[in-house]
Amino acid sequence: MSDKNGKQGLSRRQFLSYALGGTGAFMAATIAAPLVPFAIDPLTRTSGGGFADSGLKESDVKSDFPTMVDFKVHRKDGWIEENVKMRAWLIKDESGKIMAMSPICTHLGCQVAGTVDGNGNPKPSEDGEWWFHCPCHGGRYTIYGINDKAKPPQRPLDLYEVKVEGGKIMLGAISQRKA
Amino acid sequence: MFKKTYDWIDERLGITPIWRDIADHDVPAHVNPANKMSAFVYCFGGLTFLIIVTQILSGMFLAMYYVPDIVNAYRSVQYITDEVLLGQIVRGMHFWGASLVIIMMFLHMLRVFFTGSYKAPREMNWVVGVLIFFVVMGFGFTGYLLPWDQKAYWATAVGAQIAESVPWIGKYIKTVLIGGDVLGALTLTRFFAIHVFFLPAGLLGLLGLHFIMIRKQGIAGPL
Repeated sequence: MSDKNGKQGLSRRQFLSYALGGTGAFMAATIAAPLVPFAIDPLTRTSGGGFADSGLKESDVKSDFPTMVDFKVHRKDGWIEENVKMRAWLIKDESGKIMAMSPICTHLGCQVAGTVDGNGNPKPSEDGEWWFHCPCHGGRYTIYGINDKAKPPQRPLDLYEVKVEGGKIMLGAISQRKA
Repeated sequence: MFKKTYDWIDERLGITPIWRDIADHDVPAHVNPANKMSAFVYCFGGLTFLIIVTQILSGMFLAMYYVPDIVNAYRSVQYITDEVLLGQIVRGMHFWGASLVIIMMFLHMLRVFFTGSYKAPREMNWVVGVLIFFVVMGFGFTGYLLPWDQKAYWATAVGAQIAESVPWIGKYIKTVLIGGDVLGALTLTRFFAIHVFFLPAGLLGLLGLHFIMIRKQGIAGPL
């Protein structure tokens, strides 16, 4: 940059406009500094992570059909803390490991129903291997929650983290399985 | 980069004359603190506006967490103060800013009064200024209730009784003010709506008039 005399360097006008702009930017930053962290506060909060007692014992879980259980999870929603009702379907897989499936359809989030009789007891599937059926768009899953690729859901039912403590089954965070 | 973007827009919309018209104007010597330090009294109006801007900003952010409902209001304010990141600072900005607006506005009014700036041809701007004063008082009165704590509740109870003391129509003013016979759920939603929708709309309109008039008429001459 050069001024009227052709000298290199900062002209007075430029210096003043930088000084003014800098001061303005500093003032704006002072105001914004507390507001931005205030708005992004939710990023500093972890969601859950704890385990909740499912109310089922290890011996309650069968290997032929899934067993349904309703349990409560403690949830903190801003200033409101409550115990939210959750549902899981538990089954022992071929290796005898307990898996706990979330009944939330992986298509658009409806609640899938298991194949049960009038008393709520599991019974064999009526359409081959498909045991869970979604009422919304016909999504269906096997007893292990594996989805029918020909139907809308494109990944298996989500799984709860499972922990066995003194024979009691504790359920934790929900995670997705690969398609 | 910035220059190029600016030029690109300017080429199409010709924005330079618009902002030059707003920003480029001479500051008379008698209001420039660089010439005479005592001219700082001419800053009070601008400072009032600066604080009003921070009030609007901090208020917008507070509204992200605040709930105008008698069950949740106090707890949401508690949540803002105790748990949200820098919540105490943002609430503090709004709390202290509220008093500062009134102080600055009052100092601005004193300056206009003692320099005689309200005289012809600027009488209308004085009137608009007085209307702004009332609107800001309305902000103070309605905002005071929102934390829904004891101080808020009883201050509003007193305010409502003062309104009731108006001869003949006082009873009706009070009912409309608190939205019924009891100071409760309806009062809180009413005051919230007034505080965040009605008064800001009024204030921005009046400030617009205030600024247009001062640009049109210029700052009053030296004493």
